Amino acid sequence: MISYAECSARERLALLLDAGSFHEWLPPSERVTSPHLAQLGVPCAFDDGVAVGRALLDGRSVFVAAQEGAFMGGSVGEVHGAKLVGLLQRALRDRPAAVLLLAESGGVRLHEANAGLIAVSEVMRALLDVRTAGMPVIVLIGGANGCFGGMGIVARCADYIVMSDVGRLAMSGPEVIEASHGVDEFDSRDRALVWRTTGGKHRWLTGDCDALVEDDVAAFRAAAIAALSGSKPLTLAALEQEHVLLTDRLHALPSTGSTATTDSDEATLLWTALGIPDAQQVPELSVDAVRALRTV
Amino acid sequence: MQWNSLVTQLFGPYHGMREDGDFLQGEVIFDGEPVAVIGTTHHAPIGVRLALAQARVVLDTVTQHPGRPILLLIDTQGQQLRRRDELLGINRAMAHLGASIDLARRRGHRVIGLVYDQALSGGFITSGLIADACYALPEAEIRVMRIPAMARVTKLPEEKLTALSQSNPVFAPGVQNYVAMGGVRSLWQGDLQACLREALAHTPTEDQRARDGAERGGRRMAAAVVQRVLDDA
Repeated sequence: MISYAECSARERLALLLDAGSFHEWLPPSERVTSPHLAQLGVPCAFDDGVAVGRALLDGRSVFVAAQEGAFMGGSVGEVHGAKLVGLLQRALRDRPAAVLLLAESGGVRLHEANAGLIAVSEVMRALLDVRTAGMPVIVLIGGANGCFGGMGIVARCADYIVMSDVGRLAMSGPEVIEASHGVDEFDSRDRALVWRTTGGKHRWLTGDCDALVEDDVAAFRAAAIAALSGSKPLTLAALEQEHVLLTDRLHALPSTGSTATTDSDEATLLWTALGIPDAQQVPELSVDAVRALRTV
Repeated sequence: MQWNSLVTQLFGPYHGMREDGDFLQGEVIFDGEPVAVIGTTHHAPIGVRLALAQARVVLDTVTQHPGRPILLLIDTQGQQLRRRDELLGINRAMAHLGASIDLARRRGHRVIGLVYDQALSGGFITSGLIADACYALPEAEIRVMRIPAMARVTKLPEEKLTALSQSNPVFAPGVQNYVAMGGVRSLWQGDLQACLREALAHTPTEDQRARDGAERGGRRMAAAVVQRVLDDA
């Protein structure tokens, strides 16, 4: 068992895809780097924190992008975002069996924030183009930095999400919320609370991810292969169904305020409302046991 | 600008727009044709509830009024920064709103974004930035973060960022910078009705923002990098 969380982006590409099959576009030797970081005097990376290319997965042609969390948290700047857009536009043209996105990102890179924000929206539009053309976009989330900010939205625009139990998927990170509304709102050092709010088990129980796996590269590979035929067309009916699910969920969680529920109970309340028995036990359960609990 | 003043200029005093908390909605008549207008006001933080309210109107418009143009009026302080919204999957609700707008576009609805007051980070990605194109009023403000806050987070000196922001639009607030980078198609000045008329008639349905950013010199690399990925062996 090899920890997916502890791998670099390139190690994941090497281990997840068919051996030796990854062919990179704009590899580090091309030195396509962020011009903005250089201007700020901040170190840059020769791949701007993301590797994109084609490969084989179980013998099938896929396009793949892997974000490197060790470089500025996998953040999206002008070049990083454009590489993702280029990959998706190329997929629309060349029609691989699927597009894999090994997401690990804090979201928009603040050093080039405006360009990053626009880039994320360009990624969304390009991704939805690929989806509409019938190619599944599969997002894998298990890196130590999680998948946050704009990339948290991008992930949910995809057809299929695989997460490990140590993976995290959300919008604003706990540190940002704590800085904004105080430690009583979200104690970012309370690791159990962070995982109950954003972690793989929670996202699995709510249906926010489609597969929950162990923190193991082989498990991610198997889940990605299983998802290769998982195209889910974005029809009006599908969006209406999504709307009902999200509306029901909003109403399932009682509003905070007068009730004396402690903060730590909210995830448990929601899981209970979703029909999970003994919801308070969830954080202690194995991945296998949690997988069996899903009702959504 | 106040939303009421804006829609009065656009659609006259009997515009029929309603305000419900931070949420704006209305079916207005413009040049004799109905337009669906959705928006937020009071610098609304966009949480799960507000994202769903907007998505509801988009889906209803697609169902009940095929092809009707949709105008998104943007005034937001960004995404709701609350643990409860994160627990409920705010990113999924935002994605749902974005996907709903995207579906409307694909079914032939013209979707126009207009930043009339302020647009910050996450609240903007699934409104104006996912429309066919986004416009802004000159006095509006668009940013991810103010320079002092950015200096704290990036640990770079504020003076340095301020100085660099004069020559590089990527990290400085301001609608003009978003125009230069292609994120905003143009500013609406003078006759706002003429601006809307022009936008409804001539907004591209393809995503041209990277190319605009390159032509305007505000985002020099994005379009070229996209092309290099397309052309690489």
